[in-house]
Amino acid sequence: MELLKIQQIEKYYGSKSSLTKAIDDISFTVHKGEFVAIMGASGSGKTTLLNCISTIDRVTSGHIYLENIDITTLKGKQLNQFRREKLGFIFQDFNLLDTLTAYENIALSLSIQKVSPAEIDNAVRNVAKQLDIIGVLQKYPYQMSGGQKQRVASARAIVTNPKLILADEPTGALDSKAAKMLLERFHYLNHEHEATIMMVTHDSFTASYATRVLFIKDGKVFHEISRGDDNRKQFFDKIIDVVTLLGGDVNDAL
Amino acid sequence: MLFKLSLSNIRKSFRDYAIYFFTLIIGVAVFYVFNAIGEQTAFLKVSQNTNDIIDLLKNMLNGISVFVSVVLGLLIVYASRFLMKRRNKEFALYLILGMGKGKISAILLIETIIIGIGSLGVGLLIGIGLSQLMSTLVANLFEADMTEYTFMVSTDAIIKTAIYFGIMYVVVMFFNSFMISKCKLINLMQAGKKSEKLKLKNPVLCVIIFIVSVSALGYAYYTAGWKTNDMSTEKLAKLIAIGAVSTFLIFWSVSGMMLRVVMSMKKKYYKGLNSFTFRQISSKINTTVASMTVICLMLFVTICTLSSAFSIRNSMNANLKEMCPADLEIQFVEYDNQTDKDILVDLVETAKEYGYNFEEDLSESVHFHAYRSDNFTFADALGSHLEEVQKKYMYMEYGSPEDIVKLSDYNAIRRMYGKDEITLNDNEYAIICDFKSIKAIRDEALTTDKAVTIFGHTLISKYDECQDGFIDISSQHVNIGFYVVPDNVVDENYASVDFLIGNYNAETKEDKQIIEDKIQNKYKDFFKDYTSSVNDRHIGYRYALNTRIDIAEATIGLGAMVTFIGLYIGLIFLISCAAILALKQLSESVDSISRYEMLRKIGAEESDLSKSLFRQTGIFFLLPLLLACVHSVFGMKFSTFILETFGTEKLAESIGFTSIMILIIYGGYFLITYLCSKSIIKSHKQ
Repeated sequence: MELLKIQQIEKYYGSKSSLTKAIDDISFTVHKGEFVAIMGASGSGKTTLLNCISTIDRVTSGHIYLENIDITTLKGKQLNQFRREKLGFIFQDFNLLDTLTAYENIALSLSIQKVSPAEIDNAVRNVAKQLDIIGVLQKYPYQMSGGQKQRVASARAIVTNPKLILADEPTGALDSKAAKMLLERFHYLNHEHEATIMMVTHDSFTASYATRVLFIKDGKVFHEISRGDDNRKQFFDKIIDVVTLLGGDVNDAL
Repeated sequence: MLFKLSLSNIRKSFRDYAIYFFTLIIGVAVFYVFNAIGEQTAFLKVSQNTNDIIDLLKNMLNGISVFVSVVLGLLIVYASRFLMKRRNKEFALYLILGMGKGKISAILLIETIIIGIGSLGVGLLIGIGLSQLMSTLVANLFEADMTEYTFMVSTDAIIKTAIYFGIMYVVVMFFNSFMISKCKLINLMQAGKKSEKLKLKNPVLCVIIFIVSVSALGYAYYTAGWKTNDMSTEKLAKLIAIGAVSTFLIFWSVSGMMLRVVMSMKKKYYKGLNSFTFRQISSKINTTVASMTVICLMLFVTICTLSSAFSIRNSMNANLKEMCPADLEIQFVEYDNQTDKDILVDLVETAKEYGYNFEEDLSESVHFHAYRSDNFTFADALGSHLEEVQKKYMYMEYGSPEDIVKLSDYNAIRRMYGKDEITLNDNEYAIICDFKSIKAIRDEALTTDKAVTIFGHTLISKYDECQDGFIDISSQHVNIGFYVVPDNVVDENYASVDFLIGNYNAETKEDKQIIEDKIQNKYKDFFKDYTSSVNDRHIGYRYALNTRIDIAEATIGLGAMVTFIGLYIGLIFLISCAAILALKQLSESVDSISRYEMLRKIGAEESDLSKSLFRQTGIFFLLPLLLACVHSVFGMKFSTFILETFGTEKLAESIGFTSIMILIIYGGYFLITYLCSKSIIKSHKQ
C-alpha cells in the first residue's frame, strides 16, 4: 500500500540572482512497512528533503501526499495536528528535554495528544520494553549514555504509533556499538511491528539496515537500490559500490 | 573599529538589553522627578509654614536619594554582570581571534558609555515630562494655587542625576574590566555547554524544613502582630532576621516539594505540556532561591512603606475635619517658680489690658479653666495597677497631675464641637481619652479601681472605660486623658490652665486668614512685653496657641512629605525587584529556545506553548509577591500599631492604592517580560 507519495517537488533557496536548488524535481513513493534510507553527501539536499516531508520546511513546488492527503497545503493548526498524529521524529542530537526524565520525555508526546494518564503509563512501559530502556526511565538525559538517549528519543517518536517515522542521522552522534544496537531496534520495529521508517544518513553501514536506499546528489535522485533477498552484508557491499560510483565526499564519510 | 563593534553588539543583543535599558530609563526618570521637586514647587503660592515643610522635604529627599542610588547601583551592577555572563562565548571568540583582554574591556567600556548616555538622555526627557505631572500632584497635596504654573526644567536635578548615574556607570565599568581580566578562555568556551543537573531534594528534609520555617514565621507574625506592647528594637531586629531566614527556607523547601506534589497528581501532571511547564518552573525556582528571597523581602518593604505612607496621609487629612472643629484654641497659665503652684490668669481679661478684645473676632467661644492638684496624679489614677504598668512602661511620667474639667465646661465645648452633651450624677466622674495605648492602660485600671478621691470627694466612674473625646484641637488622636467631674466637686484653689476656644467671625477663607494673622501678630506683641515683665516676678508660664489653619498646614505638609518619601522608595524598590525577575526570566527563555523548538517539532500547538510560557512567567513573578503579601498582612498589623496616633481609618483605601501601583508597575514588567519571552522563543521558527 502506498503510504507516502512525493511528486515532482522542488525547493529553492536564495534570490533570483543567486538561486540554489536544494531539491530539483524529486519524485518517489514509500510503501507501508518499508524502511527507506536516503544517502548523499553534505549539501546534496537529503536533510532538506526530510524537512519538507516532515512539514518543518515548505516546498517551492510539487506535492507530498501522506495517505492521500496533500500535506503541502496544510496550515497552522492542521500542520501541528498532522505532525503530532502522523509523524515521529528522531534527531541526530536526540533533542530530549534536559529538564524531564526519560519517562516524562516519552509521555510528553502522548500528553500533547491529550491521551489520558492511565493510557500513557501503559504505552510508555510498552515502548520502553521494545527499545530495552526500562532501566533508564527514571533517569535524566545527563545521566544516560548517547545510545540510551537515542533509544529514548526513538521511543518518544514511536509511542504515538505514527504512520511514518522520520530519522535524521540517528547514529551520527553514537559510537559504533551504540549505533548497531539502535539500528537493530529499528530493524525490529520495522520487521515485527511493520513500522514505516525513513532515515537520512551518509553512513553506508547505517543504510545497510534499510530495505531500500535512495541516493541523492545535487538535489536529484541519482540512484536507488532495494535489498530484496540479500542479507545485510551483501546489501552493504552493494551500497559501497554505489557510493564508490558516486565518488567524492561520501567516501570521506565512510 | 571597536566603537563599531560595540554599537553592533548593542543592536544585536537589544532583546537582552531592552529590559535593562528600560529599567535604567525608569530609574533615571524617577531620580530626576524626585530631585526636581524643589524647583518644581518654587512657583507655588504657599504660606511660610508650608515653605518650611517643602524645604524639609527637599532635604529628606536628598538624603533618600543617596540610599536610592545605592540600591540602583547594586541593581545595575547585578544586571550588567548577568548580561556579561550571557556573552561568554562572544568573548571567547574575541580571545581566540587574538584580541587582548584590554581591548575587550575597551569594547565593554564603549558599550557602557553608549548605554549610559542613551539611558540618561531618554530618562531625563521622560523625567522632565513626568515632573510636570508631579507639579500638579504637589500642588494638589499642598492644596496650593497653580495658576502661575509654567513648564519647568530643573538644571540642578539634571546635573545631580547625571553625576549620580555617572558614578554608578563608572563602578560598572570597573567591575566589568575586573571580571574580564579574571576570566579564563577555557571557561568562557565551555560556558554554553552546561549540562543542567537536576537533583530532587530529599522530600522528608524539605517537609521538615518547611514546617520549621512556617512555624518560625508564625512565631514572628504572632509577636509582631499581637505582642506589640513588648516590642523593643532588639526584638524587632530578631524578628526581621527570623522572617528573612524563614523566607529563604520556605522558597528552598517549596521548590523541592512543589514538584513532588504536582508529580504525584498524575492526572494533572501528564496533561498537555504540564510536565514541561512544572519542570521549567521548579528548575528556575531551584536556582534562584536567594534572589527570590531578596525580591520577596523588598516587595514586603515596598508594600508596607506605600500603604503606611498613604494611610498616614489619608487619615491625617480625614482626622483634620473631625479633630479640628474650632478655629482657635489658646491655653495660658502662670506658675510660681518656687512652689511650682499654678496661678490662674484670665486670658480674655489680660488681652483686654493689652488692648485686644477677643469678642471682636470670635463669633462663638468657650472660656473656662481646668483644675490640677499634686494630690491627684496619673499614679493615683492608676491606683493598684501602678506597679504593673510601671514595669511595662518604665519611661512614662507618673507624677504629673491629672487635668480636671467641670462638667458644664466640658458640655459647652461639646456643644460647640457639635456633639451630644454627657450627664453625670453627683457622685460620678468620667475619663475622656482617645490616645489608644494610654486608653488601654486607663481602661485596665478602671476594671478594678473605679472609685477615686478628687478634692475630698469620693467619686465613682460612670463608665467601665474611657469615653471618646477631646478639648485640644489637633490633627491626631492625642488626648491622653482628663477627668470630667460634677461642677460642685472642684476647688477654685486648684484652678490651673485657662482655655479659650472659639471660631472666627468670618465666612470666607480669606477673611479667616485676616483674623488669623491679626491674632497671631497680637499674640507675638503681647509676649514681647509679657516676657520682660515676668522675669522680675519669679513667675513662669506655659502657653499654647493652636489654630485650625496652622494645624491644617502642618498636617498637609507632613502628609505630603510622607507620601513623597513612600512613593520614592516604593517606586525604586518595585522596579528593582521586577527588573531582576524580568532579566532572569528572559535569559531563561533564551536558554530554552531549543526546548520550544523541539516541542514544536513533535507537534505542540503554538497556543499551548504560549500558555506554558505564560504560566512559567506568571508563577515566577507571583511567588515572591504572594509571600510578600502574607508578610505584609502581619507587617501592616504592626505598622498600624505604630501609626495608631495618626489613625488608621483609611487603611483599606491605602492598601487599594498600593495594590494598583504594584499592579501597574510589577504587572507591567510581567507583561513586557512575557511578550519579550514569547518573541524570543518564536524567533527561530522558519
